[in-house]
Amino acid sequence: MTPLVQVKNVSQHFGSMCALDDVSLNIAPESYTVLLGPSGSGKTTLLSILGGFLQPSAGQVLIKGEDCTSMAPAKRPTTTVFQDYALFPHMTVGGNVGFGLRMRGVGSAERDKRAQEVLKLVGLPEASGKKPHQLSGGQRQRVALARALVVEPSVLLLDEPLGALDLKLRRQMQEELKAIQKRVGTAFVHVTHDQEEAMALADHCVVMSQGRIEDEGPAERVYSRPSSRFSATFMGESTIFSGRIVARDEIETVFGRWHLTTAATGGTAVSLAIRPEHVVIGTQPLSLGKAAITDVVFQGSFKRVTAKPEKDAAMTLLARLPADSGVQPGDVMDFACDPRHVLVLTR
Amino acid sequence: MTMRSGIRLASIIYAILIYGFIFLPVATLVLFSFQATLFPIPPFTGPSLRRYQAVLSDDRLTSALTNSLFVAVISSAMATLLGFLAAWGFARFRVPASAVLRGLITLPLTVSYLIIGMGLLVLFNGLGFPKSLTAAGIGHVVINLPLCFAILYSQMGEHQANIERAARDLGAREWQVLLLVTAPMLWPALFASFFLSMTFSWDEFVISFLLTRFDTTLPVEIWNLLRSGLNPKTNAIGSLVFLVSIAFVFLFELALFRKPRS
Amino acid sequence: MTEKARGSTFGGLLPWLVVSPAVLWTLAFFAAPFIAMAVVSLTLHEGGGFSFANYQQFFSNPSYYQALVNSLEVTLIVTVISILLAYPFAWILAEQIPEKWQRLALILAVLPFWTSYVVRSYSWLLVLAEKGVVNNTLLQLGLIAEPIQLANTRFATVVGFVHFFVMLLTLTIFANLKQLSPSYRKAAADLGAGPVRTFLHVILPLTFPGIMVGAFLTFVLAIGDYITPQILGGNNELLMPQLIMLQIGRRGDFPLASALSILLMAVVTMAYLASARWLKIERA
Repeated sequence: MTPLVQVKNVSQHFGSMCALDDVSLNIAPESYTVLLGPSGSGKTTLLSILGGFLQPSAGQVLIKGEDCTSMAPAKRPTTTVFQDYALFPHMTVGGNVGFGLRMRGVGSAERDKRAQEVLKLVGLPEASGKKPHQLSGGQRQRVALARALVVEPSVLLLDEPLGALDLKLRRQMQEELKAIQKRVGTAFVHVTHDQEEAMALADHCVVMSQGRIEDEGPAERVYSRPSSRFSATFMGESTIFSGRIVARDEIETVFGRWHLTTAATGGTAVSLAIRPEHVVIGTQPLSLGKAAITDVVFQGSFKRVTAKPEKDAAMTLLARLPADSGVQPGDVMDFACDPRHVLVLTR
Repeated sequence: MTMRSGIRLASIIYAILIYGFIFLPVATLVLFSFQATLFPIPPFTGPSLRRYQAVLSDDRLTSALTNSLFVAVISSAMATLLGFLAAWGFARFRVPASAVLRGLITLPLTVSYLIIGMGLLVLFNGLGFPKSLTAAGIGHVVINLPLCFAILYSQMGEHQANIERAARDLGAREWQVLLLVTAPMLWPALFASFFLSMTFSWDEFVISFLLTRFDTTLPVEIWNLLRSGLNPKTNAIGSLVFLVSIAFVFLFELALFRKPRS
Repeated sequence: MTEKARGSTFGGLLPWLVVSPAVLWTLAFFAAPFIAMAVVSLTLHEGGGFSFANYQQFFSNPSYYQALVNSLEVTLIVTVISILLAYPFAWILAEQIPEKWQRLALILAVLPFWTSYVVRSYSWLLVLAEKGVVNNTLLQLGLIAEPIQLANTRFATVVGFVHFFVMLLTLTIFANLKQLSPSYRKAAADLGAGPVRTFLHVILPLTFPGIMVGAFLTFVLAIGDYITPQILGGNNELLMPQLIMLQIGRRGDFPLASALSILLMAVVTMAYLASARWLKIERA
């Protein structure tokens, strides 16, 4: 199946600053792709290039097989939902949503009909005659979405659309976005720095850092088997420490020699990562030794515990303990983990 | 992208034409102020500083210039002071009928100088108050007070209020807060108010014309010169005024934009 | 400004102390003169009591109300021409000129207006007079055989006004254009609008309130201006300010002058009421 969008070796320089470094990416039809990364990772730059607002310094962008690299936004089969929504304040909601259709020469009756359909889809059937300043933030966001969807783009680009909403509204909108995407079938490309959002929405998660793609794949895989140190610490937290491969499947660590299955070869220095929910107090095959608890933070459904291992006081152990656990800062406990949960990272 | 370069070309041509239009009278003025011949009109025959000498030695002109500065400085100081006090009062305290009173203070902005001047002329005439530089100065405060008030009021927002609360919290009395905290913090706005008032007062004609008789301001004096026909000196004085004004702008730019902004 | 202190030091007196100088000044030297003018306008120069004669005289004497008609015509022409010339100029400054040169470009545009107003109007005479720059150039280029009458005409007055108001409107429209979020343009482009349609459907409507404010300002300033019509328009055609000044200068007829001033004020107030809905800014 030909990918809907192909990004081929795209680089972007702003003066001496490199925002994107030889990035290649494929986007499948009807998929929900999330570009995840911290600020400065290049995710917004990549989105701007996909939308046609920026021309890459190098590389190509193909949409439906056609080279769109230097095509203007108006001509591309993409539409963008902007971070500040950019609703035209002097037009009604109906006027806003119908704007793209108007530019395509659709008659006014047909425009109104289609605008009304999309407004129903996003849950705002009564809003057509209102002006943007009369709507709440969440409602404006939906209008922006409707406006972008009504022209039936091949790809819908969303630039941190949920950033301005409070937590509860954000969760609700995430569900709705996912549902709308499934119903409409358009490919969505969604930029965010919130890894929980990425995990909730993505069919395909692309983790970016410093202008490069660190990791990509289904969100579950990226979370449970991250392929890089950055990915392991950005997508969720991890305890990270170093190790060295001394023999096949044998890794020397500060906690002792561990037997772990890995494809890496002898002599290589690797990073080992363990998710906090896999670090437990008690007996498990791999012992992490004693550690002094430095901080316990109550987080509702669990307690986030940081500790300093005796074996290496410079390290920080991160553990998730049950909410009713009675540990206190200063306690010294035995930590351990299951070898199946230890991630071996070569970069 | 030929449409874009077409727009670009048209833009350049248009901009040049407009700039030309804007500079035309002043360029002509400055050029012919150096005119050597008797009449300060074209054709241009050659440079001479004779007119400038004439201007600087004309007592009436130089005293009018001093009067202008005098009136400008004093009326601007008054307008800034009154505007500052009023802005502080309305911004920090609950004053009854605040909106109405604030509207009243800003009302003169919408009224033509001619009418303000006329009104004062009629009033002063009725009260037996003589035409003088003072009368003109009063008029200048009337036109500049709303401006100073508007500028300073807009600068006295929450951020400033919090800093003042901190000062009060540390034990300062109201007048100390005003003098040692508010005024210094607001210095760019105070400067802008004063400077803008100076600008409007310095060049103001109608009110000065109506309210002065013998001692008068520079614009009125120039007007008197003009009424007796095109005078060689007017080119020179015009150019001088222009150069002084440019110096003002220069100083303003230097003072305001060279200071580090917090 | 949610929390406001009561005047603690002087027990509620402080706010009044601080605010009253400005209020009293405005009442004494702005409001009172108005009342004085209104009262005086109802008297007669020759003496006698209360009378509407001044107003009657204005409406019945053609050469009087013609001044108002002239003022309205000239002001309207000036407003329209100034907006038409200023908008593209402001657009060029805001869009075509690179960011770092924009402030300099603005300063350059404003610089010539740092001359004295009187002198600047007079400089237009240098340009428009029979022996002035324009006529000389046209004669030398052979485009005309004899100098044309440009000064002391309505044309000269309009040119003088437009010269100033193009600058003023450029500033206000420029500020308006700059504070438009760039996202609007991107969104319009994204949805298929080319540069022309983006301008017509998005930029122009969004700057319309700003244009209205500028137009109102132009109207108010122009209609009350004495210098430009007096220097450049000559005495062939009188505008309202000239008519008013005439009463003061020659005959010292304060009552008539007051009546005319009040009438001018009324016209401006009506213009304000008509454009009031544009002067309220709606945020989105």
